[in-house]
Amino acid sequence: MTAVESSPRAPHRLRHDQVDTRVNLSADPSQPLQLANPIVTASGCFGSGRELQRFFDIANLGAVVVKSLTVEPRDGLPTPRMAETASGMLNAIGLQNPGIEAWVATELPWLHGLGVPVIVSIAGKTVAEYRELAEHLRDQPGVVAIEANISCPNVEDRNVVFACRQDATRKAIQQVTSVSTVPVFAKLTPDVTDIVAIAKAAVAGGASGVSLVNTLLGMAIDAEFRRPKLAAVTGGLSGPAIKPVALRAVHQVHQALPDLPIIGMGGVRSVTDVVEFLLAGANAVAVGTATFANPMVTLELTQGLSRWCAERGIATAAELRGALDW
Amino acid sequence: MTAALSGCEEPAVVSSSRGRASSVQGRADGPLRAQCEVLAYQRIGNYHSLTFVAPEMAERARPGQFVSVAVKGEGTLLRRPFSIYAVSRHGPWAGTIEIVFDVVGPGTRYLSKLAKHSSVDIVGPLGRSFPMPQQAVDCLLVGGGYGAAPLLFLAQRLQQSSLRVNIVLGAATQNRLFNIIEAKRLSASSAFTTEDGSFGIHGRVTDVLERMLAGGTVGVIYACGPMPMLAAVTAIAREHRVAVQVAVEEAMACGVGVCMTCVLPVRRDRRTANLRACVEGPVFNGKTILWERLGRQSDDEVASGEEATAQGWA
Repeated sequence: MTAVESSPRAPHRLRHDQVDTRVNLSADPSQPLQLANPIVTASGCFGSGRELQRFFDIANLGAVVVKSLTVEPRDGLPTPRMAETASGMLNAIGLQNPGIEAWVATELPWLHGLGVPVIVSIAGKTVAEYRELAEHLRDQPGVVAIEANISCPNVEDRNVVFACRQDATRKAIQQVTSVSTVPVFAKLTPDVTDIVAIAKAAVAGGASGVSLVNTLLGMAIDAEFRRPKLAAVTGGLSGPAIKPVALRAVHQVHQALPDLPIIGMGGVRSVTDVVEFLLAGANAVAVGTATFANPMVTLELTQGLSRWCAERGIATAAELRGALDW
Repeated sequence: MTAALSGCEEPAVVSSSRGRASSVQGRADGPLRAQCEVLAYQRIGNYHSLTFVAPEMAERARPGQFVSVAVKGEGTLLRRPFSIYAVSRHGPWAGTIEIVFDVVGPGTRYLSKLAKHSSVDIVGPLGRSFPMPQQAVDCLLVGGGYGAAPLLFLAQRLQQSSLRVNIVLGAATQNRLFNIIEAKRLSASSAFTTEDGSFGIHGRVTDVLERMLAGGTVGVIYACGPMPMLAAVTAIAREHRVAVQVAVEEAMACGVGVCMTCVLPVRRDRRTANLRACVEGPVFNGKTILWERLGRQSDDEVASGEEATAQGWA
């Protein structure tokens, strides 16, 4: 394979089943959070798994991160909710979801029954709502972690984007960690001047790790009709267009907080994308928009990663984490 | 849990017994993903048609369902959805699926230039199909532009069930009427309308619906076309107390039910919900859609629909 021949490392090839793909998402040795492989789903891009389970067994994934849940059921924003942009897309869904109570009653038992680790994304309108959401998830079987979505760009008031301010980040995360029985990941936006400062605020609030990054706030305009393409005017930008920004955020946070577990994401669609995020410092890598283009992509990446490692003689996927040579 | 075509450790790979071996992923009863060979490209009036070798999908496809096709355009990312126009299950070569499209952006331009025998990544069949009538009633099929495509597939199935099929097709102008000959062949009676009077009746499809419904034998209307046309057809169906099933178009990113972009307000179980056109639709009971609360239609190619023209339904 040309890729291997041009690699600076002399490979001692392994069989792909000799590669240990397990990763640990916990910095606390007394409470490991082990996933079978580093490929997880990005919240909002996989529903709760039912639709993709029609294509393949989602229990093959490291974990399923479900679409964000709110206290009340939400109908979301008006359409058009989506616009394709150069190597990316904008979305403004507005957190349409059945509400946490209904979800815990119907979707969670189904997911748990499949045996796949579940990371539950929650989104509150207020600091108090984060606590309420976390309470619904206390001691729920199958839930291995909470991802506190404090950075959804599709809210009416930018002041509600907690992850744009350090104090708001700390307070919201504190509410979740004060009641949660599982590790809490803070999902952050790259739309800030200093993402390291926000990550430190999340840690101060008790976060066990961070998810980097949410979509970037963007806009698309139809020149002929002279109007925004999205009904909500602005939306979250995702896809390959944002990968360099996401890699930068993961790298910066990992350099500043080397022990902090990171779920890295933003424009991942190939095995080398996954490896790049691991090298930048991610423990696990979430795949989002790529699932829209290929419903099988997450499964293909779990298989592709072990092959990639095997061809290069890399025995464990975990050793790639933060292993940048520079 | 459903049985996979083969184990889930590796994506299922099924070799087609006829034609070139194709790689198919998916389960025994759900939608599939396959690399499909382009068998034919042709112009049908103003529109384009592509026929793919896709035996497993052809076997499962029902009228009203769609496939989503991966395209390679400058910076394009998402698949393009197309309703299924025709399937052949027992062709001399292999089962095929045919789609119809209009070139409206980089993705459809790419599709219009595909060479014969090149390979295309297709997911399908997706979505809810047109429900077949439970009783022996006459059926009225109403299509706008190439919204006629899935209706002609449906007409074939209705005919096979020995039901009387009447077809009304309309468009802004003659060359945007889709496949008049096929519509005549597949129907007991047919009517055609153009808004500029260049072919058939000068006017809109709704102008002839009253006449087609006058006999009182029509039990169900099936419609596909621009949203404002579907709203108008539903209003007439309601007046005449006739069932109406419409296939809608909404911009969709994923086509498989996870992105939540293609939603529309539908009344179900005494409440209103934003339902997904890709899985709860694209076929809905027209009387359950809250037409007055529909969002603006996307101008993007990802909607891949027949545009409501400025002089037409917009």
